[in-house]
Amino acid sequence: MNIIISHASEDPIYIQIVNQIRHSILSGEMKAGDSLPSIRQLAKDLQVSVITTKRVYEELEKEKLIDSVVGKGSFVSGANMEFIREQRMKLLEEKMIEVIRESRDLNMSEEDVINHLKLLFEEEQTS
Amino acid sequence: MNAIEIRNLSKSYPLFKVDNISLEVKKGYITGLIGPNGAGKSTLIKMMLGIIRPDAGQIKILGSEMPRQGIELKQRVGIVSDDCFYYEHLSIQDMKNVIAPFYDKWNDSKFSRYLEQFELSPKKKIRELSKGMKIKFALAIALSHGAELLIMDEPTSGLDPVFRRELLDLLTEVMQDEQNSIIFSTHITTDLDRIADYIAFVNRGKLVFNDVKDDVLERYAIVKGGQDLLDADIRAKFVSLRESAVGFEGLVDDRKQAESLFGSYAVFETPSLEDIMYYTAKGGRIHA
Repeated sequence: MNIIISHASEDPIYIQIVNQIRHSILSGEMKAGDSLPSIRQLAKDLQVSVITTKRVYEELEKEKLIDSVVGKGSFVSGANMEFIREQRMKLLEEKMIEVIRESRDLNMSEEDVINHLKLLFEEEQTS
Repeated sequence: MNAIEIRNLSKSYPLFKVDNISLEVKKGYITGLIGPNGAGKSTLIKMMLGIIRPDAGQIKILGSEMPRQGIELKQRVGIVSDDCFYYEHLSIQDMKNVIAPFYDKWNDSKFSRYLEQFELSPKKKIRELSKGMKIKFALAIALSHGAELLIMDEPTSGLDPVFRRELLDLLTEVMQDEQNSIIFSTHITTDLDRIADYIAFVNRGKLVFNDVKDDVLERYAIVKGGQDLLDADIRAKFVSLRESAVGFEGLVDDRKQAESLFGSYAVFETPSLEDIMYYTAKGGRIHA
């Protein structure tokens, strides 16, 4: 798993880290049961504060993406696939909304967008 | 748990005073003590080390009272300062031989390893060391006797950017053990702030805040906009404000309030610690 943070970004550092770990989990790059580095190790590797990485893990626990076991560390949660699928659907919906907004700026109608999407689907299938 | 507890500490000098400072340094974390030149950072640190006697107030370090239990305490505390407390005419090797027997947990091989890593020759005389090399030497001593608390006064002054980055790795390595704590002071905000968990900001002998760094950076904001947005009430919301013919730029300590006040008419930026230090030290209105 790669995590790249930017000190120049307007996004707080903890959000940048949460987004990237979440992406690794939802994309399947990290699988249920995979272990994450310890809070202090991650802080050292990224050269950020321990409180920042602590907050990252708390956030991921809240989203039920990871489990932390005292004395053993943190692991990608074995939450059911249904739940993870739901999370990924949410991400997809966000992207779709982005597409809708973008298409409005380009003065495309709903039909135009759907037709264009169909075309892309066909292209993807043949390739 | 606190590594350092300071209660109502005061010390007066003819032209300067440390004014009733209370400060807690959390165990297991890195605290950065920041403030402009002459804010009282070094006086505060010297009082923690028992070098200066406070006029009033209490200091507890690792649960023991300073300076009463100072001698036992120093086993567990590592000190890094740009003030040189060492004998100038001795070589590094001889100086080490003087210092090492004072420490029960002295680790000679660790010390040799640090000398090698820091490219310090044991034969070199202390007086021949550059400012940066003296800091490195002090750091090697501090890291070689199993200190649980590192107190560093301006550790980055005199260090080149290359070694400053290496210092980050050394300090985060120390912090892998959650029993250890670090406090460092600095008047220039450097890479070192990146790894700080807490920031204690001292200005004119008073503590402005001691808070989680991430929270500080989220709470404060730099606001920029046109002159027409300002009136007396709005000016009062700024920690400090710089106005010019082409607009204003100021620091607020309540980002949410400012965002609801200005909406999309102003530009908001996350400040650096340097911004917070500059605007707070200036105070009031700054004329461009």
